[in-house]
Amino acid sequence: MLELRNVAKMVAGDYHIYPTDLAFERGTLNVLLGPTLAGKTSLMRLMAGLDRPTSGSVFFDGADVTGVRVQQRNVAMVYQQFINYPALTVYENIASPLRIAGRDSASIDQAVRQAAELLKLTPYLDRTPLNLSGGQQQRTALARALVKNASLVLMDEPLANLDYKLREELREELPKIFAQSGAVFVYATTEPSEALLLGGNTATLSEGRVTQFGKTIDVYRKPADLVTAKTFADPPLNFIDVIKSGAFFQHQDFDRLPVPSHLLKISDGAMTVAFHPHHLGLSRQTEGAAPLKAVTQISEITGSESFVHLDYNGVRWIMLAAGIHEIDPDTQIELFLDTRHLMAFGSDGRAIAVDAVA
Amino acid sequence: MAETTKFKPAGNLSWLVSTLYIVFLLLPIYWLINMSFKENAEITGAFSLWPQNPTLRNYSVIFTDPSWYNGYINSIIYVVLNTIISVLAALPAAYAFSRYRFLGDKHLFFWLLTNRMAPPAVFALPFFQLYSAFGLIDTHIAVALAHCLFNVPLAVWILEGFMSGVPKEIDETAYIDGYSFPRFFVKIFMPLIASGIGVAAFFCFMFSWVELLLARTLTTTAAKPISAIMTRTVSAAGMDWGVLAAAGVLTIVPGALVIYFVRNYIAKGFALGRV
Repeated sequence: MLELRNVAKMVAGDYHIYPTDLAFERGTLNVLLGPTLAGKTSLMRLMAGLDRPTSGSVFFDGADVTGVRVQQRNVAMVYQQFINYPALTVYENIASPLRIAGRDSASIDQAVRQAAELLKLTPYLDRTPLNLSGGQQQRTALARALVKNASLVLMDEPLANLDYKLREELREELPKIFAQSGAVFVYATTEPSEALLLGGNTATLSEGRVTQFGKTIDVYRKPADLVTAKTFADPPLNFIDVIKSGAFFQHQDFDRLPVPSHLLKISDGAMTVAFHPHHLGLSRQTEGAAPLKAVTQISEITGSESFVHLDYNGVRWIMLAAGIHEIDPDTQIELFLDTRHLMAFGSDGRAIAVDAVA
Repeated sequence: MAETTKFKPAGNLSWLVSTLYIVFLLLPIYWLINMSFKENAEITGAFSLWPQNPTLRNYSVIFTDPSWYNGYINSIIYVVLNTIISVLAALPAAYAFSRYRFLGDKHLFFWLLTNRMAPPAVFALPFFQLYSAFGLIDTHIAVALAHCLFNVPLAVWILEGFMSGVPKEIDETAYIDGYSFPRFFVKIFMPLIASGIGVAAFFCFMFSWVELLLARTLTTTAAKPISAIMTRTVSAAGMDWGVLAAAGVLTIVPGALVIYFVRNYIAKGFALGRV
């Protein structure tokens, strides 16, 4: 089990990582989700032991490893860039951690060939990494991480530089490959959809803080605060500032929205209501959908869906509508908001009540 | 063939410029080689484009007279010594400049280069005095160390450029894999900057090979370099033009050989690895 106890990292007087407590169990997949510069890489470097925390301690399996050099820790790391040893063949690249560990060549050969087979590298073992495609280079790096049988495996956006087909393939295989080893598996990504596809647990990061940690689906459905909800939304969340009074949300002087049943019991007052773009629609899909009027700006068509950028009384919204809709800019249209999925946040950003059904 | 000729303008003279350029470049070298196969009488007497009575006497003088061939041996000894010392000292220094941030690193790095801006003559006197005090005058190591003054900074600059081209993540991956620093440096890192080491060694070799002033000041007889011997050929019998020309040809050879081996990396080396 990997534990961070009050771990913080300061660089030149600024917190890169605010004091953080986290615990990852062995045999679990843990996603670090956050935009670039949120501190994912900094946090991973602290976990690996490449950087020393300014304060706090790192424990592994109950032992304090805070000051232990990275060579002495049994970790493996894969970077976003394809990092291999260019002067060595693929075979020697994969074998390198085992050679350092002083294993005999028969067992090294067996381990390397097994890892190469698993990652479909067998035909390329005699080549050098720079003579491989990007996907093969990254698979070499993954094989090196795999063969080491590390108890902590860190992956820093390992698939970000690959084309989507390879990415989907590897995203499916990676958790399976590493799950059997019983290691603590940590995976950093900027994409909420990737976190959801990987499953496991997710820690959302924003500006050096871990905002929430829990089962991925729980974090997605029940964000603890506005920042987490924003981090865990792609396309971005839509917001509307309202005042709740009784059974209605009043938005400035414009619209009154009926308060959905799951938000009825919260107390009256000012709050921010948020919802995902796919909960807006051009037609009334459900009974409880509330009609609204907004002005269109740009429409983006991705093939089977349309992103429509909207101006709702001065607030920018995005609607993800099924089907192809080419709507002229500056047109007033009627939309329907599925209020069953509304999330309400207080003025301090904490969640008051969140969605019951996703 | 038809494909390539199609793009040439009719009756062009593009060959002319490059031919003239090469002729002018090679003319002095040709003349040197030409002279080295002539007798003194022919050199001072008549104008001839090639030796009328080709002779190997000039070369045989150099290869048989110890005062000549020792000059080459001395030069090669201190040049090789200097190249080894410079590269060995520059490797860790360049690694520190490329990988770590420390107090005053940028100033120190620039200060290194300013060492090259002072003419060697400035250092001739202090070096002479210093080496006399240590009894190092007229030794190979004295010249080799003196040349470090401008070769170490140069090697640091070249190697730093090549090292900064290697992503830092490779270092970290090696540490994560369990490599100790020395093992990583020799097994993983040096092969990656091999061409940089080659270029740095080449420049150290070249500058040490052509440097005359410090080498002559710090030596008298036992470690006297070939370039110093060449400046002292005026004897009672007058100038021995032929032998001097042959010595010149032989002095070009080592440099030409070294250039041949690093020719593919020279451009990058001149840009201090920053291409």
